[in-house]
Amino acid sequence: MILLTVRTVPAPYLARFFLVVAALAGVLGCAQNGQSALHPAGPGAERIADLWWLMLAAASAVFLLVVFSLYRALTHRGRRSEPQGRRDEPVATKWVLAGGVALPTIILTPLLIFTLHTLARLAPPKSGSALEVTVTGRQWWWDVQYAGAGSRLRTANEIHIPVGRPVRIQLRSEDVIHSFWVPALQGKLDLVPGQVNTTWLQANRAGIYRGECAEYCGLQHTRMQFRVVALPASEFSYWLTAQQRAAVPAADSSTRAGQAVFMSSGCALCHAIRGTPARGSGGPDLTHFASRQTIAAGTLPNTKGHLAGWIANPQAIKPGNLMPRIPLEPEQLRTLLVYLGSLR
Amino acid sequence: MSAHTVPPPPVPPDTLEAFEKTWSSAPGFLGMLREVNNIPIAQRYMVTGFAFFLLGGLLGLLMRIQLGSPENTFLDAETYNQIFTMHGTTMMFLFVIPFIEALANYMLPLLLGTRDLPFPRMTALSYWTYLFGGIFLYSSFLFGAAPDGGWFAYVPLTNVEYSPGINMDFWDIGLSVAEIAALGAAAEMIVAIIRMRAPGMTLNRMPLFVWAMLVTGVMIIFAFTPLIVGTAMLELDRKELTAFFKPEAGGKPLLWQHIFWVFGHPEVYIMFIPAAGIVSHVVQTFSRRAIVSYTLMVLSIVATGFISFGLWVHHMFTAGLSAVALGFFTAASMAIAIPNGVQVFGWIATLWAGRPVWRTPLLFVLGFLVLFTIGGLTGIMVGSVPFDWQAHDSYFLVAHFHYVLIGGVVFPLFAGLYYWLPKVTGRLLNERLGRWNFWLMFVFFNVAFFPMHLSGLLGMPRRVYTYPAGLGLETLNLISTIGAFGFAIGIALFVVNVVWSRRNGELAGSNPWGSDSLEWSEASPPPSAQFVRIPVVRSRHPLWEHQDLLPHDPQLLGQMEDLNARPAHWRGALVVSTVDATPLAIAHMPGSTIAPFTMAVAFLAIFVGALVDRAEPLAAGGALAAVALFLWFRPQASETLALQELGGRKEDPARLQLAVGGPIANGWWGMLVLISILATALITTIASYFYISDGPSGASQLPLSITQPALGTILSLLALVAVEWALRGVRKHQSIATRLGLAAAWIVSAGALGLSIQAFSGAGLEPERSAYASAVLGMLGYQWLVLIILLVTVAIGLLWALGDPEDRRGHSVVHNIRLMAAFTGVSAVVVFVVVYVSPRL
Repeated sequence: MILLTVRTVPAPYLARFFLVVAALAGVLGCAQNGQSALHPAGPGAERIADLWWLMLAAASAVFLLVVFSLYRALTHRGRRSEPQGRRDEPVATKWVLAGGVALPTIILTPLLIFTLHTLARLAPPKSGSALEVTVTGRQWWWDVQYAGAGSRLRTANEIHIPVGRPVRIQLRSEDVIHSFWVPALQGKLDLVPGQVNTTWLQANRAGIYRGECAEYCGLQHTRMQFRVVALPASEFSYWLTAQQRAAVPAADSSTRAGQAVFMSSGCALCHAIRGTPARGSGGPDLTHFASRQTIAAGTLPNTKGHLAGWIANPQAIKPGNLMPRIPLEPEQLRTLLVYLGSLR
Repeated sequence: MSAHTVPPPPVPPDTLEAFEKTWSSAPGFLGMLREVNNIPIAQRYMVTGFAFFLLGGLLGLLMRIQLGSPENTFLDAETYNQIFTMHGTTMMFLFVIPFIEALANYMLPLLLGTRDLPFPRMTALSYWTYLFGGIFLYSSFLFGAAPDGGWFAYVPLTNVEYSPGINMDFWDIGLSVAEIAALGAAAEMIVAIIRMRAPGMTLNRMPLFVWAMLVTGVMIIFAFTPLIVGTAMLELDRKELTAFFKPEAGGKPLLWQHIFWVFGHPEVYIMFIPAAGIVSHVVQTFSRRAIVSYTLMVLSIVATGFISFGLWVHHMFTAGLSAVALGFFTAASMAIAIPNGVQVFGWIATLWAGRPVWRTPLLFVLGFLVLFTIGGLTGIMVGSVPFDWQAHDSYFLVAHFHYVLIGGVVFPLFAGLYYWLPKVTGRLLNERLGRWNFWLMFVFFNVAFFPMHLSGLLGMPRRVYTYPAGLGLETLNLISTIGAFGFAIGIALFVVNVVWSRRNGELAGSNPWGSDSLEWSEASPPPSAQFVRIPVVRSRHPLWEHQDLLPHDPQLLGQMEDLNARPAHWRGALVVSTVDATPLAIAHMPGSTIAPFTMAVAFLAIFVGALVDRAEPLAAGGALAAVALFLWFRPQASETLALQELGGRKEDPARLQLAVGGPIANGWWGMLVLISILATALITTIASYFYISDGPSGASQLPLSITQPALGTILSLLALVAVEWALRGVRKHQSIATRLGLAAAWIVSAGALGLSIQAFSGAGLEPERSAYASAVLGMLGYQWLVLIILLVTVAIGLLWALGDPEDRRGHSVVHNIRLMAAFTGVSAVVVFVVVYVSPRL
C-alpha cells in the first residue's frame, strides 16, 4: 500500500497516478458511439473540439506547474523561516503575483480571444441561405417540420440533413424547457417556451448521429432522444420528396384491416397520417413511420417486435408518457403492425 | 517595547462564581430548548449539519447503484428523480452552508476574543428553524412526494401545470429554512466582526478566517435575498395567485433562471470563501509561519466576493442569449481565476517559506490544493461559451462542480475539523485513522469523479436515470460507482475517528498545534463565556508575538477591569469601534429564553399551513409568532439589572457605558442588516418587474390610476416625519412628543397600507392571468410587507413609550424604528415611481 510516509508520496506517485488515468481515459475515450464531442463529425463540433484540445493542453500544463510547485514547496531543502516566522517575504510575494495574476492573465487573454473567435464562427447561417427545420419539444418527444414543405412534411424524433450543407434549426417548446444536443455535430441549445432559439447542424460525412434532450424536463427526460441522419445530396433529395407524399395507400386486406384498427381504436385522436382521415396533432406524425429508426424518441429500435410491445403497453416501457394503453385483440394488433409497417 | 504590565488584581471568588453561574446553561430538557449561548448551539448545529451530509451522501450512493450498469432497474424513474433532487437540495441547502455557519458560530467568538455572538436569540432561532425545516423537507419522503424538479427547480417544469403534486411545494417552502438560517447567521457574523472584537484587533490584525466570514456574511445578504423573492414568486405561481413565470400569460421562464443564479453563483463562493479561510489557518499553523501575503489574501477574498456577483449568466449559456451577454460573462468567468490563483499561490509560497508539519489537517489541505486546481481549471473550460455548449448539463459539468465543491469545500472542512475539533472536545483525533480517512477520500474521490469528465464528453447528459448499453458509458459509470463507495468508506472512517476520540483521544490542552490565534489561549473545551478575562491584542499573531494578552495602557486597564469575570450577574460582552477596535461600551447579551424555540415552532406551523393550504395551521402559527415576539421584545430582568449597574456612566469617559440607544447598540446594526436585506429584495423585485413588463402583456395594460397611490406615498413620508419627531422627543426627554410621534406614525402607516391595498384591488388587475399584473402585485406586495414590518416595530416602540418613556431600551427601539421608517419612505417613493410613473414615460 502507498501509505508509507507522506513525504515520499507526492511527485512520483502523483505522476504515476495521473499517467494511468490519462492512459485509461485514452482507451475508454476511444469509443466512437455516434454521440461523442471528442469525435466531431461536422464543422460545429469540430470548432468546439479545437478549442477543447487547446484548453486541455493549457490546463494540463497549469496543473503540472501547480503540483510541481507544491511538491517543491513541501520538499525543498533551501532556507526556511524560523518557526513562527512573521517577516514579510518580498520574494515570495512576487511569486504569488506571478502565479496568481501574471500567469492567468497571460494564458486567459489569448484564450478569451480564441473563445470569442470560435463563438463568432459558430453563428448560424443567415435565414434564407440554408435549409430550415423547426423542432418543437414536447414532453417527451421531438416534433420535426421542414420549412417550405409546411404541413406536408412532419415527422418525429428524426432529422435528415444533406451532407456538407448547413441546416438551420428553429427550436421551440410547447411545454417546459428542453435542450437540443447532438454532440457529434454541434453544441446544445435550449428549447424555451415563449421564445425561438436558432441553431444549425452540418455533417461532413454520411452517418447516423445520436441526439438527446439535455435539460431535465420531467419524468422521462432520459427517454427523449432523437437521431440525425446525414445523407449524400441525392439521397437526401429523394428522402425529402418521398416524405412529402401522402401515406402509402393500403394495398392488401391485412393492411386495410390494420388501417381500420388504427382509425377505430382512438389512435387517430393523437396521431396524423396524411392521406387518411387521421389528423391528430398531440402525438408524432406517423405518415412515414416505417421509415424511422426508433420508437418513442429513441427508446426502442423500430422493429415489429418492439413495436408490438410498445403498442401493447406503452406505460410499461416509458412510464408516465402521454400515450395511453389501449387494449387490442391479438388479431387486431397483428394487422395494425402490418399497417404501420407499410407506412414507408 | 518592554512589556510593562501590572498584573490585574485577582477576581474575588464569589464574583467568579457568580460569573460562571451567569454564563452556565440552564439545566434539563427545558434548559436545552431555551439555550442561546453559541457554544452548545453550534455543537448541535454541526452534528445536525453532518447528519444531513450523511443523508445526502446516502442518496448519492443510491444514484450510483442505479447508474452502475446500463438499463438498470434498481430505481424507477420517479424515485430516481426525487433522489437526485433531494441529493442536490440536501447538500446545497441543508449541509454545506449550515455546517459552515455552525463552525463559524462556534469559532468566531473565540477568534475575535469575545464572549458570544451579538444576537444569541437569533443564533437559537436559526438553529431550530433549520432543524425543523430539514425535518419538514425530509418528511416528504414519507408521503412519497419528495421534490423531483432538480435542486434548481427550473420553470415551467416546476410550476403547477407540470408539477401538480405537493413535491415542489415541499421544496419551495422548505427552502425558507435555509434562507432564514443563512440570513440570521449573516447578521450575526457581520455585526460580531464589525463590533465585537478584542481591543487592539484592528481590521489589519484580524485572522483570515474572520475576514472570510465577514465577506461571506455580506455576500449572503445580497445572494440569499433574491432567492427569497424568487421562491416566493414561484410559490405564488404554484398557488395560481400569479403568473410570473407562465409563458401563456406573458411570463418569462428565464426570469426564474436569472433570479436563481444571481443567488446560485455567489452561493458557491459563499461556500468556498470560508473554506479558503480555513485553509489559510491550517497552512499558517502547519508551516509554522505567517501567511506570506496577508494583504493579498484579504484583497483576493474581497475581490472574489465582488466578482462572484457578476458571473451568474454562465449557468445560462445554452438558454439562447445575445452574443454580447455571452461574451461579457465569459470574460468575467475567466477573471475570477485571478483572485483564486493569488490565494493558491499564496498558500504554496507559505508552505515553501515555512517548515511543514505532517499532520492530518495539512494532508486535507494538500488534497484540496490538487482537487481545487483541477476543478478550477475545468471551471475555466466551461466558462468558455462554445465549450460550455458541449459540456453544459452533461456529466462533464457534474465532474467539474464536484471537484470544486468536494475538493474545494469539503476537503477544507475536514481539515478544519481535524484542526479545530480538539478545541471543541478537548481531545485530539487519531492521526493514523486520520491518514486512512484522507487517503481513502482522496483516492476514491478521483476514482468516482474523474471518469465523469469523459462520460460527459461521450454524450451522457445529467439527471438521467439510466443510459443505453453500447455507447461506451458502462465501464466509466461502473468505475464511478466503485469510487463512490470507496469515498463513503473514507467518510465512515471519519465518523469512527470522532466517536473513538471522544473517549480515547489524546488530551489536547489549550494549544496542541502551537498556533497563533486567540482561540488557542483558552482551555479545550472552552468555558461557555469563552473569555473570562477579555484578551487585548497587539499584533496579527497574538500567541506567537506576545503571550500575555493583558492591556498595557492604564486607561484600557481600567476599562478591562469591568470585564474581568464581570459583569457577574448578567451576560456582558465588549463592543469596540470598527476600524481601530478601541473599546466603546459593554453590550448586554440575553440569557436563556424560550422565545426562539417558540418562534421556530410558529414558523413550522406556517410552513405546514402553506403546504396544505389550510387556514388553521397558518392561524396557529401566526398567533404563536405573536406570542414569541412578545416574549422576545419584552423587558428582560437581566437587562434591567444591567441598566441599573451601568446606567449612570454615560458621562464618564474613562468607564465603559452600556451599549444601548442608537448606533452604539448591536441591535441598531442588526437593523441595518435587515434594511440591506429589504433593499436587495426591492432591487430584485424591480428588476423582475421590468423584465416582465418588457413582455407582450406589459405595455398594453391601461395606465393605472395615480391619485390614491400618490396619497399613500405621501403618508409613508409623513410617517418618517412623525418618527423623527418622536426621536427628538427621546433626545429632549419629552415623553409626550415621543408617544404622539409614534402613535401618529402608526396611524399614518396603517393609512398608507390601506390606501395601497385599496388602489390595487380597485385597478381590476388579474395577477393569476397576467404576468404584468403579477409584477405590479409583486411591487406593491413588497411595499405592504415593508409597511407591516414598520407597523410592528412602531407598535413595540409605542408600548415602551407608553410604559416607561425614560427607559433607554425604549430609546434603542426608537432609534431602530427611525432606520426602518427612513427605508419605508424611500421605498414607497421608489415603488410609486416604478409602478405608477414609469409606464407613463
